[in-house]
Formats: sequence, C-alpha cells, structure tokens
Amino acid sequence: MTSILMRASNLTAVYAADSGQDVPAVDNVTLEVPEGQIVGLAGESGCGKTTMGNALAMIANPPLYVVAGKMEIDDEEIDLSTLARGSNEAHRPYRGSTVSLLPQGAMNAVSPTLKVKNLVIDVMRAHKRDTTVAEAMDRATDRLKMLEMPTRVLDSYAHQLSGGMKQRMVTVVSTLLNPKLLIADEPTSALDVSSQKALIEMLLAMVEKKIMRGVIFITHDLPVLSMVTDRLAIMYAGKIVENGPTEELVNNARHPYTSALLSSVLDPTEETRTKHVLGIPGSPPNLGNPPSGCRFHPRCQFAMDVCKVEEPKFLNERDHEVACWWANDHAYETVPMEVYKA
Amino acid sequence: MSDKDSLEARPAVGQPVLSATHVTKQFRVSGGHITAVDDVSVDFHAGKVLAVVGESGSGKSTLARMLLRLMPVTSGTISYQGKDVTHIKGAELRKYWRDVQAVFQDPFSSFNQFYTVGQTLRRGMGAQGLEKETLEQLIETCLGYVGLKPGDAVHKYPHQLSGGQRQRVMIARALMMNPKVLLADEATSMLDASLRVSALNVLQDLRENLGLTVLFITHDIGQACYLADEVVVMEHGLIVERGTTDEVIFEPKNEYTKRLLADVPDLKGSLKVSKDF
Repeated sequence: MTSILMRASNLTAVYAADSGQDVPAVDNVTLEVPEGQIVGLAGESGCGKTTMGNALAMIANPPLYVVAGKMEIDDEEIDLSTLARGSNEAHRPYRGSTVSLLPQGAMNAVSPTLKVKNLVIDVMRAHKRDTTVAEAMDRATDRLKMLEMPTRVLDSYAHQLSGGMKQRMVTVVSTLLNPKLLIADEPTSALDVSSQKALIEMLLAMVEKKIMRGVIFITHDLPVLSMVTDRLAIMYAGKIVENGPTEELVNNARHPYTSALLSSVLDPTEETRTKHVLGIPGSPPNLGNPPSGCRFHPRCQFAMDVCKVEEPKFLNERDHEVACWWANDHAYETVPMEVYKA
Repeated sequence: MSDKDSLEARPAVGQPVLSATHVTKQFRVSGGHITAVDDVSVDFHAGKVLAVVGESGSGKSTLARMLLRLMPVTSGTISYQGKDVTHIKGAELRKYWRDVQAVFQDPFSSFNQFYTVGQTLRRGMGAQGLEKETLEQLIETCLGYVGLKPGDAVHKYPHQLSGGQRQRVMIARALMMNPKVLLADEATSMLDASLRVSALNVLQDLRENLGLTVLFITHDIGQACYLADEVVVMEHGLIVERGTTDEVIFEPKNEYTKRLLADVPDLKGSLKVSKDF
C-alpha cells in the first residue's frame, strides 16, 4: 500500500469580513497526498480551492486566517493555524522547501526588467542567504537539463518567452529547493492545448525524477486533471464532497455535483455536437450563510428531505469516499448523467 | 436602440454580413516586422456562429480587433453588409460599433467596481438619448435574454456576481445596442466548466431566437464543437483550414488541425495516454 506523504486534517480557513462575520471558505477539510502521487483539487470558482492551497502552503494573509488544522508531512507535524502570534515566522522555514506554491498567474508576476537567472538567484537566496551566483546557476542549469528544457531561458527576459515556456520556467523555479509537496494553482488555465500538454509532461517528469514527492494540482479543468492526476478531490462550498482514484471517480461519479461537473465538460465529440448540456442550475451558495444539511441540496436534482436537514457523512467504498445521501441509498451506483443533458 | 433601429431588418440567414478580404496586419519590431495576420479572407454569415480556433499567437485576437476597427489593417478590406468599413470615421464608425459589439475575455476587469449592474448598463446607453422608461424596459429585456432576473441583478455590484453572471451582464450590455454581430473573444475561457456551458447556451439561444451572427474566438476546440456552425483554424497568422464544424473537427485535412485535436485533453481517453508520458 502507498504510504502517505502529506495529511492535512480538520483544516478550517476563514475570511474576516468587514461586517465582523467570518466567512469559512474551507470548512473542516481533510486531504491526503500519497507518496509520489499527484492529487487534483477541482470544483467551481469560489468553492475554496485556492484558499485551501494558500492555507496548505502556509501563506495565508489577512483577511484570510487559518483557524484550525494541522499538516503531517514526512513524520513532521505542523500547526497550520495562523492565529497564534509569530505563526508567520514559525511557518517561514517550511515555505518553498517543505511546501512550495505555484500561485495562479505566476507567469505574469515575473519582473519584466530582470532576466530569469536573477529570479533564480533571488529565490535561492531567500532561503539560503549565502548562496553564490555560481551555485544558483548550477542548480538551475542542471534542473533545466534534467527536464530537457533549453538553458538559454536563464538569459532571457520574461517577454522573450512564450506563455507556455514562461509557465514551465516558473514551475521549475518554484521547485528549485526540492519541496516535498508542490501546490500548483491553475497552472494550465491560461495556456493553449499544446502548451498545456508540454507543462503536464514536465510535471509528470518532475514527479518521476523525484524533484518533489507529491503534487496538489488545483484547477477547474477536469480533462486536464484526468490526464495528470492519480487521485481527485471535488470541492463544493468549502468542503470536499468526493475523493478517490481519478479513473474510478471519472467513470463512476458517486456525488451528483461531480456528475454535473463532468457532464459540463465539452469534448470535441459527436455527443457534444448533438446534445444540449444543461449545466448546473443556480449558483454556488454564500459561504457566510451556507444552506443547511448538504450544501449542494438547493441545486441537486436528486435531493431528498434528509439532504435539507442533515449533513451527510463520508461513505467509503473501495478507497472512493463520498459525502452524499443519494450515494448512501444507492451503494456503488454511478449518478445518472443523462439528467444534465437534453 | 431606437425604434427605427429595432425595426431594421437583420440580414437574411446565411448571407455574408461581415467580411475580411485579404487582410494583413504587420507589427514593426526592431530589425523588421512580424506578420500577425497574413492575407486572411473570411466571411461571417448572418445568423451563424463562426468559431476561429488556434493556439496563442496564431492571430485570432488581432483579426478580431481589426474586424472591430479597434486596430488599423496594414492591407486588405473589411466590409460590413457589403460596404467597405476599413477606413470609416466619426458618426459612421460609431454606427458600425453599435452594430458590431464585442465581449472580451476578462469579465472581472470590464466593470467599474463602484457601479451597480443597472448603473453600468444605463451608462453604456447614455449617449443614445433614450427615455427613462424605454431604457429600463430595454435593460429588463436584455438581462432576461441572458437568463438574469432584472429586478435582482440591476441592484448588484460586480463583486456580488459570479464570473458567469458578470460575463452574462457583459453580453446583455452588448445586446442593448441591438447588434447584428457579436464578437466574443475568448469570452468564456476564464469561466469554469458549468458557467462556461451556461454562457455558451446564452449565445446559442441568441443565435436561434434573435438571429444574431456570432464570431466566437477560442483556443478550446470543445467549445467550438458545441457552439459553432463553421470553424476556421488559424496558425501563425494564416487560415490553414475552414469548413463546417463537422468537417473540421471530425474529418480534419490539415496536419496542424489534426495535432490541435490530438492535444485536447479528453476525460476518459487521456487516462491511458497519461501512462505513456
């Protein structure tokens, strides 16, 4: 059985609103990343994916506060809470080396006036002050060669690189310190299909060469996730509602929300041409005042009375977890996707 | 939208409404120039959705900007309803902009954060000199077209709307001008799958119910497959393949189109592919 690289448990992160009310964007979530695997985190915009990534990367800044949660990674236990005084300093040693974050739009954050090699030196020195230029260059050159990327990018400015190359370059830079876990937030969303494929191939090569020991890949793009991940976790309104091996989850969605998301994927196929996709009715709830019971029930085609009053517990079927009352009543049954198409 | 305009007949379905003929765009760079769009000729037929697909840098958005007259052409002609509009100015250009509306990629940056949806829509029509009641009626109708509840939506600020709702408001804003052509440049690429489907359904309904001509620019072939009647494939500023959606997507002739299709991540097929990397 695969060992667990990282286990984040009971993670709760809130945004402190001006009204004084805390809005829990991640609500008591537990997530595991097995050793050497890529775990996908998917869901609609605003479901808490990025907040979860920021909390796990220990970069939560006000108004985001991690209220509770701990991370066990490689026999080490880290308190993720940011409420304690000095937590920023306490978390600093873990950033970049234990957990590295590749944030959304990272490729657009590269300074237009500095060459890539200067970025490499800055990143290395932020973690080890006495790093020499030669050491930083050696590390970056070796890494680029290992990934069969041209070393000339080090002497380029950001505007001289294509979007796909820029994104691959920031991915390489964010992993120079060999983090145990990489959290990649929407790394492929701004790329066209060919650049997406190149980045995915590079990520898989990085995991294979053990540059990092696990990846959390955050995106709303399910086809990309199914291509790259070993496991998938689906988030809705701050909670994980389904979690399992990617192939199993894609072929046998047990939560109506997962099924609705999968049915919204537009592949260039005959079915897409002929069917009318209905999408998911309604909008995600206000997290400051989420619906009672199962949070998806107001938008669910399969909602029953119990869904409105009681939050479903996780049901575990062969390593495939789902929190849904419909799934509870229909053991091992796939949610019928036909209801989302006309 | 004045009464006169609203009664103006749309071009018959299938007739060319907007055309680019031998259009070229070159940008000067140090040591020479680059050709972003190279001798492109394409017709947009009334009441149809034409998708322009291609990778980043293939010239899709440059072509769109020239069609919108937001960027001058280096050579070639843009004609609208049979009339050359390549160099029109002043009132004529403003009339053209009323007829050919656009929705861009980023629904987050298109709003003034301090204005409600109602204020945003009213300001867009400020120069049209409509009476208050007519304007409110128009806002209600256009928000209805895009599936938003007018009574609810007009009082909301942008931050109170989801990405999909904001993009729908942008489509409604474009519709208020009663356009003949709607140009959507990567209008759904920042939306997640379910919101994307709802925005595409809005465009589909508009084509069917209002006979709107839609130019849909995307790098996502799946979306083109769902929405478009015809597809044009661009590579390095050139049109490399064109035809009906079925022809281009299911029987591609060009090698570049085939490669583009092969690179599309597919929910189930890719599970096997991933192991071959």
